[in-house]
Amino acid sequence: MQELSLNILDITMNGIAAGADTMRISIEEAYPAMTISIRDNGCGLSEETLEKLRDPFFTSRTTRKVGMGVPLFEMQAEMTGGNLEISSVEEPAEGHGTTFKALFYMHNINFVPLGDMVSTLITLIQGNPNIDFIYHHHTANGDVDLDMREVRETLGDVPVNEPDILLWLQSFLEEQYEAIKEGERL
Amino acid sequence: MKSLEELARIREQTKAKIALREKEGAVRVVVGMATCGIAAGARPVLSTFVEEVNGSGIGDKVSVEQTGCIGICQYEPVVEIFDGDEKTTYVKMTADKAKRVVAEHLVKGNVVTEYTIGAAKV
Repeated sequence: MQELSLNILDITMNGIAAGADTMRISIEEAYPAMTISIRDNGCGLSEETLEKLRDPFFTSRTTRKVGMGVPLFEMQAEMTGGNLEISSVEEPAEGHGTTFKALFYMHNINFVPLGDMVSTLITLIQGNPNIDFIYHHHTANGDVDLDMREVRETLGDVPVNEPDILLWLQSFLEEQYEAIKEGERL
Repeated sequence: MKSLEELARIREQTKAKIALREKEGAVRVVVGMATCGIAAGARPVLSTFVEEVNGSGIGDKVSVEQTGCIGICQYEPVVEIFDGDEKTTYVKMTADKAKRVVAEHLVKGNVVTEYTIGAAKV
Protein backbone atom coordinates (compact mmCIF):
# COMPACT_ATOMS: atom_id res chain seq x y z
CA MET A 1 0.00 0.00 0.00
CA GLN A 2 1.34 3.41 -0.93
CA GLU A 3 -0.43 5.29 1.86
CA LEU A 4 -1.55 4.29 5.35
CA SER A 5 -4.92 5.84 4.52
CA LEU A 6 -5.43 2.94 2.08
CA ASN A 7 -4.76 0.44 4.88
CA ILE A 8 -7.28 2.33 7.01
CA LEU A 9 -9.83 2.04 4.20
CA ASP A 10 -9.17 -1.68 3.90
CA ILE A 11 -9.26 -2.52 7.63
CA THR A 12 -12.39 -0.41 8.12
CA MET A 13 -14.16 -2.43 5.40
CA ASN A 14 -13.51 -5.57 7.47
CA GLY A 15 -15.36 -4.07 10.43
CA ILE A 16 -18.30 -3.21 8.19
CA ALA A 17 -18.34 -6.78 6.86
CA ALA A 18 -18.51 -7.92 10.51
CA GLY A 19 -21.89 -6.20 10.79
CA ALA A 20 -20.82 -3.00 12.56
CA ASP A 21 -23.08 0.04 12.48
CA THR A 22 -20.53 2.36 14.07
CA MET A 23 -16.89 2.65 13.06
CA ARG A 24 -14.48 4.76 15.05
CA ILE A 25 -11.29 5.79 13.32
CA SER A 26 -8.79 7.76 15.26
CA ILE A 27 -5.31 9.00 14.47
CA GLU A 28 -3.19 10.42 17.28
CA GLU A 29 0.04 12.12 16.36
CA ALA A 30 2.58 12.72 19.12
CA TYR A 31 5.88 12.98 17.32
CA PRO A 32 7.60 10.65 16.68
CA ALA A 33 4.69 8.29 17.41
CA MET A 34 1.51 7.97 15.38
CA THR A 35 -1.24 5.69 16.64
CA ILE A 36 -4.01 4.62 14.32
CA SER A 37 -6.96 2.89 15.90
CA ILE A 38 -9.95 1.43 14.12
CA ARG A 39 -12.76 0.19 16.31
CA ASP A 40 -15.94 -1.50 15.14
CA ASN A 41 -19.00 -2.74 16.99
CA GLY A 42 -19.41 -5.76 14.74
CA CYS A 43 -19.75 -9.41 15.68
CA GLY A 44 -16.22 -9.75 17.04
CA LEU A 45 -13.76 -12.58 16.50
CA SER A 46 -13.17 -15.85 18.34
CA GLU A 47 -9.78 -16.31 20.01
CA GLU A 48 -8.96 -18.90 17.39
CA THR A 49 -9.68 -16.49 14.51
CA LEU A 50 -7.85 -13.69 16.29
CA GLU A 51 -4.70 -15.82 16.31
CA LYS A 52 -4.91 -16.59 12.61
CA LEU A 53 -5.64 -13.02 11.57
CA ARG A 54 -1.99 -12.09 11.07
CA ASP A 55 -1.42 -15.08 8.80
CA PRO A 56 -1.59 -14.07 5.11
CA PHE A 57 -2.81 -17.55 4.21
CA PHE A 58 -5.88 -17.19 6.39
CA THR A 59 -9.06 -15.62 5.07
CA SER A 60 -12.75 -16.01 5.76
CA ARG A 61 -13.40 -15.69 2.04
CA THR A 62 -14.03 -18.61 -0.24
CA THR A 63 -13.20 -16.95 -3.58
CA ARG A 64 -9.46 -17.02 -2.89
CA LYS A 65 -6.95 -18.43 -0.43
CA VAL A 66 -5.11 -15.36 0.82
CA GLY A 67 -6.02 -12.46 3.07
CA MET A 68 -3.40 -9.73 2.93
CA GLY A 69 -5.13 -6.81 4.62
CA VAL A 70 -4.13 -7.37 8.24
CA PRO A 71 -0.63 -8.77 7.53
CA LEU A 72 0.17 -5.74 5.34
CA PHE A 73 -0.99 -3.30 7.99
CA GLU A 74 1.06 -5.08 10.65
CA MET A 75 4.14 -5.18 8.43
CA GLN A 76 3.92 -1.46 7.75
CA ALA A 77 3.77 -0.73 11.50
CA GLU A 78 6.61 -3.13 12.35
CA MET A 79 8.84 -1.71 9.62
CA THR A 80 8.94 1.56 11.57
CA GLY A 81 9.65 -0.16 14.90
CA GLY A 82 5.99 -0.10 15.92
CA ASN A 83 3.40 -2.85 16.22
CA LEU A 84 -0.21 -3.84 15.70
CA GLU A 85 -2.46 -4.81 18.58
CA ILE A 86 -5.77 -6.52 17.92
CA SER A 87 -8.40 -7.13 20.56
CA SER A 88 -11.89 -8.45 20.16
CA VAL A 89 -15.05 -9.22 22.09
CA GLU A 90 -17.39 -11.74 20.56
CA GLU A 91 -21.13 -11.49 20.27
CA PRO A 92 -23.39 -11.68 22.21
CA ALA A 93 -21.19 -10.23 24.95
CA GLU A 94 -21.73 -6.59 25.74
CA GLY A 95 -19.50 -4.13 23.96
CA HIS A 96 -18.74 -6.62 21.19
CA GLY A 97 -16.52 -5.69 18.29
CA THR A 98 -12.90 -5.57 17.23
CA THR A 99 -10.22 -2.94 17.76
CA PHE A 100 -7.07 -2.53 15.71
CA LYS A 101 -4.43 -0.31 17.22
CA ALA A 102 -1.32 0.28 15.17
CA LEU A 103 1.72 2.16 16.38
CA PHE A 104 4.05 3.81 13.87
CA TYR A 105 7.24 5.80 14.31
CA MET A 106 7.14 8.69 11.86
CA HIS A 107 10.88 9.45 12.05
CA ASN A 108 11.74 5.99 10.75
CA ILE A 109 12.77 5.93 7.09
CA ASN A 110 10.34 3.06 6.46
CA PHE A 111 7.34 5.07 7.63
CA VAL A 112 4.71 5.05 4.89
CA PRO A 113 2.99 8.47 4.75
CA LEU A 114 -0.57 8.73 5.99
CA GLY A 115 -1.74 10.05 2.62
CA ASP A 116 -5.18 11.26 1.68
CA MET A 117 -7.54 10.61 4.60
CA VAL A 118 -10.23 12.81 3.05
CA SER A 119 -10.50 10.46 0.05
CA THR A 120 -10.58 7.44 2.34
CA LEU A 121 -13.41 8.88 4.43
CA ILE A 122 -15.44 10.02 1.43
CA THR A 123 -14.99 6.58 -0.17
CA LEU A 124 -16.18 4.87 3.01
CA ILE A 125 -19.23 7.12 3.34
CA GLN A 126 -20.09 6.78 -0.36
CA GLY A 127 -20.15 2.98 -0.18
CA ASN A 128 -21.58 2.59 3.31
CA PRO A 129 -24.23 5.27 3.82
CA ASN A 130 -25.78 3.52 6.82
CA ILE A 131 -22.63 3.30 8.92
CA ASP A 132 -21.92 5.96 11.53
CA PHE A 133 -18.28 6.88 11.05
CA ILE A 134 -16.71 8.78 13.92
CA TYR A 135 -13.39 10.24 12.89
CA HIS A 136 -10.82 12.03 14.97
CA HIS A 137 -7.33 13.08 13.91
CA HIS A 138 -5.16 14.83 16.44
CA THR A 139 -1.98 16.68 15.50
CA ALA A 140 0.21 19.21 17.30
CA ASN A 141 -1.31 21.92 15.09
CA GLY A 142 -4.95 21.12 15.58
CA ASP A 143 -7.58 18.43 15.16
CA VAL A 144 -9.86 17.15 12.42
CA ASP A 145 -13.23 15.74 13.45
CA LEU A 146 -16.21 14.24 11.71
CA ASP A 147 -19.15 12.65 13.47
CA MET A 148 -21.59 11.12 11.01
CA ARG A 149 -24.23 10.78 13.75
CA GLU A 150 -24.51 14.59 13.77
CA VAL A 151 -24.53 14.73 9.98
CA ARG A 152 -27.27 12.11 9.84
CA GLU A 153 -29.33 13.98 12.39
CA THR A 154 -29.11 17.16 10.30
CA LEU A 155 -29.94 15.33 7.07
CA GLY A 156 -32.94 13.38 8.32
CA ASP A 157 -34.20 11.19 5.46
CA VAL A 158 -31.69 12.48 2.88
CA PRO A 159 -29.02 9.79 2.31
CA VAL A 160 -25.48 10.81 3.31
CA ASN A 161 -24.09 9.57 0.00
CA GLU A 162 -26.03 11.97 -2.22
CA PRO A 163 -23.44 13.69 -4.49
CA ASP A 164 -24.08 17.18 -3.06
CA ILE A 165 -23.73 15.89 0.49
CA LEU A 166 -20.50 14.05 -0.33
CA LEU A 167 -19.08 17.25 -1.83
CA TRP A 168 -20.02 19.17 1.30
CA LEU A 169 -18.43 16.54 3.55
CA GLN A 170 -15.29 16.63 1.43
CA SER A 171 -14.88 20.38 1.77
CA PHE A 172 -15.80 20.19 5.46
CA LEU A 173 -12.83 17.84 6.00
CA GLU A 174 -10.51 19.69 3.62
CA GLU A 175 -11.10 22.96 5.46
CA GLN A 176 -10.08 21.37 8.73
CA TYR A 177 -6.91 19.93 7.17
CA GLU A 178 -6.11 23.34 5.64
CA ALA A 179 -6.33 24.88 9.10
CA ILE A 180 -3.77 22.35 10.38
CA LYS A 181 -1.44 23.22 7.49
CA GLU A 182 -1.81 26.91 8.36
CA GLY A 183 -0.82 26.03 11.91
CA GLU A 184 2.29 24.22 10.66
CA ARG A 185 3.40 27.31 8.71
CA LEU A 186 3.19 29.59 11.72
CA MET B 1 -15.70 27.38 8.48
CA LYS B 2 -18.38 25.01 7.24
CA SER B 3 -21.21 24.45 9.67
CA LEU B 4 -24.08 22.03 10.13
CA GLU B 5 -26.48 24.94 9.42
CA GLU B 6 -25.03 25.10 5.93
CA LEU B 7 -25.56 21.35 5.63
CA ALA B 8 -29.19 21.80 6.60
CA ARG B 9 -29.64 24.20 3.64
CA ILE B 10 -28.02 21.72 1.24
CA ARG B 11 -30.40 19.11 2.60
CA GLU B 12 -33.40 21.07 1.32
CA GLN B 13 -31.90 21.43 -2.19
CA THR B 14 -30.97 17.75 -2.29
CA LYS B 15 -34.46 16.70 -1.21
CA ALA B 16 -35.93 18.56 -4.16
CA LYS B 17 -33.51 16.82 -6.53
CA ILE B 18 -34.34 13.37 -5.14
CA ALA B 19 -38.04 14.02 -5.66
CA LEU B 20 -37.44 14.69 -9.37
CA ARG B 21 -35.46 11.55 -9.93
CA GLU B 22 -36.68 8.31 -11.44
CA LYS B 23 -34.55 5.42 -10.28
CA GLU B 24 -36.04 2.74 -12.48
CA GLY B 25 -33.85 0.86 -14.90
CA ALA B 26 -30.75 2.34 -13.33
CA VAL B 27 -27.36 1.36 -14.67
CA ARG B 28 -25.02 0.16 -11.91
CA VAL B 29 -21.29 0.79 -11.84
CA VAL B 30 -19.66 -1.57 -9.31
CA VAL B 31 -16.07 -1.03 -8.20
CA GLY B 32 -14.09 -3.79 -6.41
CA MET B 33 -12.86 -2.35 -3.11
CA ALA B 34 -11.16 -5.24 -1.31
CA THR B 35 -7.46 -5.26 -0.32
CA CYS B 36 -6.46 -6.26 -3.86
CA GLY B 37 -8.50 -3.49 -5.47
CA ILE B 38 -7.43 -0.81 -3.00
CA ALA B 39 -3.74 -1.73 -3.31
CA ALA B 40 -4.01 -1.62 -7.12
CA GLY B 41 -5.54 1.89 -7.10
CA ALA B 42 -9.32 1.44 -6.84
CA ARG B 43 -9.89 4.46 -4.57
CA PRO B 44 -9.17 7.14 -7.23
CA VAL B 45 -11.06 5.05 -9.82
CA LEU B 46 -14.14 5.03 -7.60
CA SER B 47 -13.98 8.76 -6.85
CA THR B 48 -13.53 9.54 -10.55
CA PHE B 49 -16.68 7.54 -11.38
CA VAL B 50 -18.63 9.36 -8.65
CA GLU B 51 -17.43 12.79 -9.85
CA GLU B 52 -17.77 12.16 -13.58
CA VAL B 53 -21.20 10.52 -13.35
CA ASN B 54 -22.55 13.56 -11.53
CA GLY B 55 -20.60 16.00 -13.68
CA SER B 56 -22.07 14.50 -16.87
CA GLY B 57 -25.60 14.91 -15.57
CA ILE B 58 -26.39 11.17 -15.66
CA GLY B 59 -26.58 10.84 -11.87
CA ASP B 60 -30.29 10.06 -12.10
CA LYS B 61 -29.71 7.03 -14.33
CA VAL B 62 -26.42 5.65 -13.04
CA SER B 63 -25.51 4.53 -9.53
CA VAL B 64 -21.93 3.94 -8.38
CA GLU B 65 -21.50 1.14 -5.86
CA GLN B 66 -18.71 -0.72 -4.08
CA THR B 67 -18.15 -4.43 -3.69
CA GLY B 68 -15.53 -6.76 -2.23
CA CYS B 69 -13.08 -9.02 -4.04
CA ILE B 70 -14.45 -10.33 -7.33
CA GLY B 71 -11.81 -13.10 -7.42
CA ILE B 72 -9.64 -11.83 -10.28
CA CYS B 73 -7.10 -9.89 -8.20
CA GLN B 74 -4.49 -9.83 -10.97
CA TYR B 75 -6.84 -7.64 -13.04
CA GLU B 76 -7.57 -5.05 -10.34
CA PRO B 77 -8.82 -2.35 -10.23
CA VAL B 78 -11.89 -4.09 -11.67
CA VAL B 79 -15.11 -2.26 -12.54
CA GLU B 80 -18.32 -4.01 -13.58
CA ILE B 81 -21.13 -2.18 -15.33
CA PHE B 82 -24.60 -3.72 -15.16
CA ASP B 83 -27.11 -2.43 -17.67
CA GLY B 84 -30.25 -4.55 -17.73
CA ASP B 85 -29.08 -8.07 -18.65
CA GLU B 86 -25.76 -6.86 -20.01
CA LYS B 87 -22.60 -6.97 -17.90
CA THR B 88 -19.32 -5.38 -18.94
CA THR B 89 -16.13 -6.06 -16.97
CA TYR B 90 -13.43 -3.41 -17.20
CA VAL B 91 -10.00 -4.32 -15.85
CA LYS B 92 -6.77 -2.60 -14.78
CA MET B 93 -8.65 0.63 -14.48
CA THR B 94 -7.22 4.08 -13.79
CA ALA B 95 -8.83 7.46 -13.15
CA ASP B 96 -8.22 8.46 -16.80
CA LYS B 97 -9.75 5.25 -18.12
CA ALA B 98 -12.73 5.83 -15.80
CA LYS B 99 -13.32 9.25 -17.39
CA ARG B 100 -13.39 7.68 -20.85
CA VAL B 101 -15.75 4.89 -19.73
CA VAL B 102 -18.17 7.50 -18.35
CA ALA B 103 -18.03 9.61 -21.52
CA GLU B 104 -18.28 6.73 -24.00
CA HIS B 105 -20.04 3.85 -22.28
CA LEU B 106 -22.33 5.54 -19.77
CA VAL B 107 -23.17 8.71 -21.71
CA LYS B 108 -23.12 7.45 -25.33
CA GLY B 109 -23.74 3.73 -24.78
CA ASN B 110 -20.56 2.51 -26.54
CA VAL B 111 -18.51 -0.10 -24.65
CA VAL B 112 -14.79 0.79 -24.51
CA THR B 113 -13.70 -2.63 -25.74
CA GLU B 114 -9.96 -2.08 -25.28
CA TYR B 115 -10.36 -1.78 -21.48
CA THR B 116 -12.52 -4.88 -21.09
CA ILE B 117 -11.35 -8.19 -19.66
CA GLY B 118 -11.62 -9.78 -23.12
CA ALA B 119 -8.91 -7.46 -24.44
CA ALA B 120 -6.60 -7.70 -21.41
CA LYS B 121 -3.26 -9.43 -21.19
CA VAL B 122 -1.99 -10.36 -17.74
